Amino acid sequence: MSTPILEANGIFKAFPGVQALQDVSLSIHPGEVLAVVGENGAGKSTLMKIFAGVYQTDAGQIRWQGRVVAIKSVQRAQKLGIVLIHQELNLADRLDVAGNIFLGREPTWGGPLGIIRRKIWSESVPILHRIGLEVSPRTIVGDLPIGQQQMVEIARALSLKSNLLIMDEPTSSLTQRETERLYAVIRDLKKDGISILYISHRLKEVETVADRVVVLRDGRNAGELRKDEIRHEAMVRLMVGRELKQFFQRSPRQPGKRVLDVHELAWVGKSGGAINFTLRAGEIVGMAGLVGAGRTELAETIFGVRKRASGQIHVDGERVRIQKPAEAIRAGILLVPEDRRTQGLVLDASVRDNLSLPSLERLNRLRLVSRSRERALAQQQVDSLHVRTPGIGKTVGLLSGGNQQKIVLGKWLARNPRVLILDEPTRGVDVGAKTEIYALMDKLSTDGVAILMISSDLEEILGISDRVLVMHEGRLAGELTRDKLTEENVMRLATGGGLAR
Amino acid sequence: MKKFVGIVLFLLVVYGFLLVADPGARTLLNHFNLARRIGLYGIISLGAGMLIITGGIDLSIGSVVGFCATLFAMLLRVPFFEQAPILAILIVLLVGAWIGLANGVLVTQVRVQAFVVTLCGLFIYRGAARWLAGDSVKGLGNSCGPLKEALYSSTTLLGIDIWAPRSLLIFLLLAAVAIVFLHFSVYGRYFYAIGSNEKAASYSGIATSRYKILAYVLCSTMAAVYGMLLLMQENSAQPSSTGSFLELYAIAGAVLGGCSLRGGEGSVAGIVIGTSILVLLPNMSNMWGISSELDFTVIGGALLAGAILDEVLRRFGASAR
Repeated sequence: MSTPILEANGIFKAFPGVQALQDVSLSIHPGEVLAVVGENGAGKSTLMKIFAGVYQTDAGQIRWQGRVVAIKSVQRAQKLGIVLIHQELNLADRLDVAGNIFLGREPTWGGPLGIIRRKIWSESVPILHRIGLEVSPRTIVGDLPIGQQQMVEIARALSLKSNLLIMDEPTSSLTQRETERLYAVIRDLKKDGISILYISHRLKEVETVADRVVVLRDGRNAGELRKDEIRHEAMVRLMVGRELKQFFQRSPRQPGKRVLDVHELAWVGKSGGAINFTLRAGEIVGMAGLVGAGRTELAETIFGVRKRASGQIHVDGERVRIQKPAEAIRAGILLVPEDRRTQGLVLDASVRDNLSLPSLERLNRLRLVSRSRERALAQQQVDSLHVRTPGIGKTVGLLSGGNQQKIVLGKWLARNPRVLILDEPTRGVDVGAKTEIYALMDKLSTDGVAILMISSDLEEILGISDRVLVMHEGRLAGELTRDKLTEENVMRLATGGGLAR
Repeated sequence: MKKFVGIVLFLLVVYGFLLVADPGARTLLNHFNLARRIGLYGIISLGAGMLIITGGIDLSIGSVVGFCATLFAMLLRVPFFEQAPILAILIVLLVGAWIGLANGVLVTQVRVQAFVVTLCGLFIYRGAARWLAGDSVKGLGNSCGPLKEALYSSTTLLGIDIWAPRSLLIFLLLAAVAIVFLHFSVYGRYFYAIGSNEKAASYSGIATSRYKILAYVLCSTMAAVYGMLLLMQENSAQPSSTGSFLELYAIAGAVLGGCSLRGGEGSVAGIVIGTSILVLLPNMSNMWGISSELDFTVIGGALLAGAILDEVLRRFGASAR
């Protein structure tokens, strides 16, 4: 076998409050597509950012073409020939396509003011052609749909003439056609001897493109699969590390009376018809759909964050007017938002301050915060949710994702919810905390709370829901009761197809 | 906390250097004058600081001071208000509050950037003051003796002459109220939460717009208070210049005291200390023979050095973890 182009041995990396990587090793050969898979928070992105020079290792050795190297900066990585295509778009959206592709290395007439725009326009054409992006290099990037912006990002990486291309969730906003085109580009690159590190949640994609798979779990190597061993189930088994059954907890439940009725609901800017559904006390309803199907928008509209265009919301049969979150909370409808870091938590504040924030109205005398009652409330939630923190005074931003998510939940448990909407409750959460969150949801529903769980994680949807609503392009595409609940049926509805007879 | 210890030490160093500089610096009179100015500047820094903690900014403070001082001077020349100055005070406070309300509504409801809204305010209220006064100086002359007497004689408390200027006492009183408000009340919690992460605050059911507007109202009201106190001290208001650049002093005091313009950070005690540094620093450098023409340069340099040090320490602290 040839010398690996990149070889990493015993990589360690810690962030405040989390050990992101522990003794991780992998190697990749010239012209190989190595997929790195793992759950959110398994350490994939951290590892890739180490290779690309964004982060430094705490310990461990990296060899590049056999030589030990220290990748101290992104510039250093690029000089070696390692280019990372970020998961988030990193484009200057007021510049044109060519300007973005050549950003930072514009050919000039000798001075920084003399950018030869014609030259970058003409040089962009073959690059765009190669990835099958049919837009003019003079199009302003911000005017392109998001999928094409992602292709521009890929074009930029290709133009850097790299030996190792790291793609972090490259298809997350690509259409099927663009994805196919990307596969073709990857095959081309392989022929040229370029290696590709491919990170994806979409295991189907990994089956298609990968030559070898490395699985990470909780920041450690969990296993490796050769080309002929790459199968969906094999990857899931390594990722989760246990059988699925014990993972999800479902007590026998009997749904009670109707708690939430949503009638003809639509939000401003929504396409497709209005939405109707009902939640009953003590049931967990999963909500599936592809990214962009409108699930988060629906949750935000019910919670009063997003402007309602039409429709009504009833709680316990009575109509409630919800125009802002405070009104939803008063009606007993609580939302655990999609992005805990920007929407759920005040990261710089303490565990205690975060837990008490929505309850301060009840924790004060003469508008002064009662510190003792606040402490008691925070301590009670920390204990009952098993939040692992050195104390309730600890800054929330320093805790791990799973513990942060428990605190977002804890904020609301103190308010005795009637309806709890959870938007991607286990994204970026480690396996242990996931199990605890599922157990908590199970307990809440047996206590009579109506739960709507939005999730892109199909296993979770299948594992925990009593029934599932599926959204497709802004409308409810269908409902699946437990007896019809299969991965295939969910995907059919989510992609706009009908159910199998 | 470390930051707070740092600025306290800095204040002590400045004060130490001031004391050893010159016998004139050690006199009671110099202390009295410094205390009077700390009291005045402190009032607007307090208002600006609370607003900055919510993530807002107000560039119109100086013009609001000018407008309110001019308005107050003109009101006090009206015989009716001369008899009942308390009514004039109430009117000026209401005008200040109303200006803050307008700023807050424009920022939160119309969603114009705070920087732009208050930059426009800076022009608008300055022009309004000049128009209102016909661009002439509005003096009090010998009127309002009792009010001036009440505000600017030395203070007698329980029969003892304690030699503290009224402006300092008013500032300390306001600061005490602000400590309760910011650090112990529900409102203060909301101010910090909004400044740190407005979205999370809103998702927690807090009426974020209401509290942001409240911060603007407090800031402009403090400017009105300052305007009235300044008029009592100066005995006249010059509509074209009274209060110019004061917003920068107010913001500088708050920032020196540890408020972050990103929001969510700062304390009343810090603002008190920041303001004290702002006042003591030029006095200290003057006493050491540095020309007072360089006052702005000294203040600017200190602010910059503080900001650089803060950033360096933060980075050092982050890498040490």
